[in-house]
Amino acid sequence: MDYQNIFTRVQIRGPIYWGAEAKDQGSLKRGETSFFNYWLGKIGDAQIGPIYLGVSGLLSLVCGLVAFEIIGLNMLASVDWNLKEFVRQLFWLSLEPPAPKYGLSIPPLNEGGWWLMAGFFLTMSILLWWVRMYRRARQLGMGTHVAWAFAAAIWLYLVLGFFRPILMGSWSEAVPFGIFSHLDWTAAFSIRYGNLFYNPFHALSIVFLYGSALLFAMHAATILAVSRYGGEREIEQIVDRGTATERAALFWRWTMGFNATMESIHRWAWWFAVLCPLTGGIGILLTGTAVDNWYLWAVEHGVAPPYPPTEPAVLDPLKSVGGAR
Amino acid sequence: MSFSIKDVTRKGLLLGVFLAAGLVAGCEQPPQESTQNGYRGTGMSQIRSPEKIERLLVANAIPEAQPPADASGDLASKAYQNVQVLGHLSEGQFLRVMTAITEWVAPEQGCGYCHNLENLADDSMYTKKVARRMLQMTTHINEDWKAHVGATGVTCYTCHRGNPVPENIWFKDPGHVARGSAADPGGQNYPALSTARSSLPRDPFSAMLLGNTEIRVASAQSLPTDAPGMTIQSTEMTYALMMHMSNGLGVNCTFCHNSRSFASWEESTPQRVTAWHGIRMARDINKEYLDPLKPVYPAHRLGPEGDAAKANCATCHQGVNKPLNGVSMLKDYLVELGRPKK
Repeated sequence: MDYQNIFTRVQIRGPIYWGAEAKDQGSLKRGETSFFNYWLGKIGDAQIGPIYLGVSGLLSLVCGLVAFEIIGLNMLASVDWNLKEFVRQLFWLSLEPPAPKYGLSIPPLNEGGWWLMAGFFLTMSILLWWVRMYRRARQLGMGTHVAWAFAAAIWLYLVLGFFRPILMGSWSEAVPFGIFSHLDWTAAFSIRYGNLFYNPFHALSIVFLYGSALLFAMHAATILAVSRYGGEREIEQIVDRGTATERAALFWRWTMGFNATMESIHRWAWWFAVLCPLTGGIGILLTGTAVDNWYLWAVEHGVAPPYPPTEPAVLDPLKSVGGAR
Repeated sequence: MSFSIKDVTRKGLLLGVFLAAGLVAGCEQPPQESTQNGYRGTGMSQIRSPEKIERLLVANAIPEAQPPADASGDLASKAYQNVQVLGHLSEGQFLRVMTAITEWVAPEQGCGYCHNLENLADDSMYTKKVARRMLQMTTHINEDWKAHVGATGVTCYTCHRGNPVPENIWFKDPGHVARGSAADPGGQNYPALSTARSSLPRDPFSAMLLGNTEIRVASAQSLPTDAPGMTIQSTEMTYALMMHMSNGLGVNCTFCHNSRSFASWEESTPQRVTAWHGIRMARDINKEYLDPLKPVYPAHRLGPEGDAAKANCATCHQGVNKPLNGVSMLKDYLVELGRPKK
């Protein structure tokens, strides 16, 4: 029964573990606070901390806070500094990018300047957090896989808010900061460029998105199912297969003829996850720059199937009644 | 006083039920009926709730027509003074349409809503001047906009429904203007009833139903050209107008469009052509009839920006794709609300 519960049933409690010696210590001193939490132990390790912030982490938090404040205070200003209305309308409120007339120039503060500034600080925050991920991994003598997976997500973020607007020659092409407004932007973007679902890179991105979820479920379920045989010791079993690995592998060969290995399943998962924003970013970058109407592009390339025409035929009235009135 | 575990569990369950009910409180009451209106597999279908259809049927019932009038007899222009628009009617027809208008527009206020009861020919009341222009507009719509209103036509009741001022009108609405150096939301990002509670631009009408701002946003060719394309911002304006149309007519996008290519006419339904003429009709009546009435209105009838009340799709449609469920009231008032035959 221990292995059929969605919560972790086993909590090991030793003295606080302060971590391995790092190759060379970071720029700041390692955190000295650590404690146990029973409830977090239900879903993960019960030991909380120590946290290492460091220079890049600290700067990242500061930049993130600046961006958060610029966005939040502008939203608050847009409801006349009324906190009640701010909470009530929060999902509707937004900080908009500059109007198209400003192109790539620096607009006045109230007409996109704040947006540009928020974008700058948010980007700095994200990039500094990436540096932190990379350096922490290096100093623990780890590989940098986490940092590069994070970089794939940053690629998509930069395409949406930086690379593509520059290629299009206007900040107005970028995404607003707001809950509903960024969803409206997404829908409008697809409508403007003739339906993003016909963008093959968008399609690939969806494959990797759903594929990631599927792989995640398959892998997690497999390991949980063989953990009664010690299957959670995956890494050792890469080179020293035990009965858990043998059973898991045979299960998949029985059901679909092929199985990943204890090592390769993690490469599968990493690449699926990383390819989702990589291909998505390519799709966004091509939209408006290389292709202006994805539906028409798909028709020309035999991707979009034709359907029987409507009866009676529907014609563009602009072309059939002699122009707009 | 003590709490047992059971009590706590029961309270927790109760709270859970309330929260779950709250989650679906905004939804339409099931069941929904789905009707296919395009090629199979394309997702072209209309989803409607029978309960809502029933409610709209009742809300859009028409009043009974006035008994027919004697077409012979003196012309109204001879029998009465200062009859500028309906002078070609017989006295009986003239009185009949006046009675109908009272019922349609000012059932509680009566004749005195527009007329100086001491002297019915007097033009001193603004309401009378507006009513005269509205009669001309109704005739114009019935005669010149058959592409949109067909033979069904419109009467005063199509918009007024017993209200001196129709319920669904619009004024210019620049939205919240930022103060100081705070970011300007640009007329959007507030819950806007006009565009189905979205955070889209709340006034697409000034640009697209009064002005001639281009509504089409998708490119006509697959690859970019040197010509500047439409912006994301203008796309959101179009999107806002479409949300208004969908909401005002009580239909999905797929009533007119195949959503795989909103722009493609070949894959659209015939209703989209009707709607296209409707947009031109709204522009025409807003520009020629409604907006110019501004100097006639007293200040309290003007919008926050000092403009006259104008029409959009919801003004007539009021939640159904065929106003008044497609029942023609005009057929009983063809003489009165049509153009005089020469």
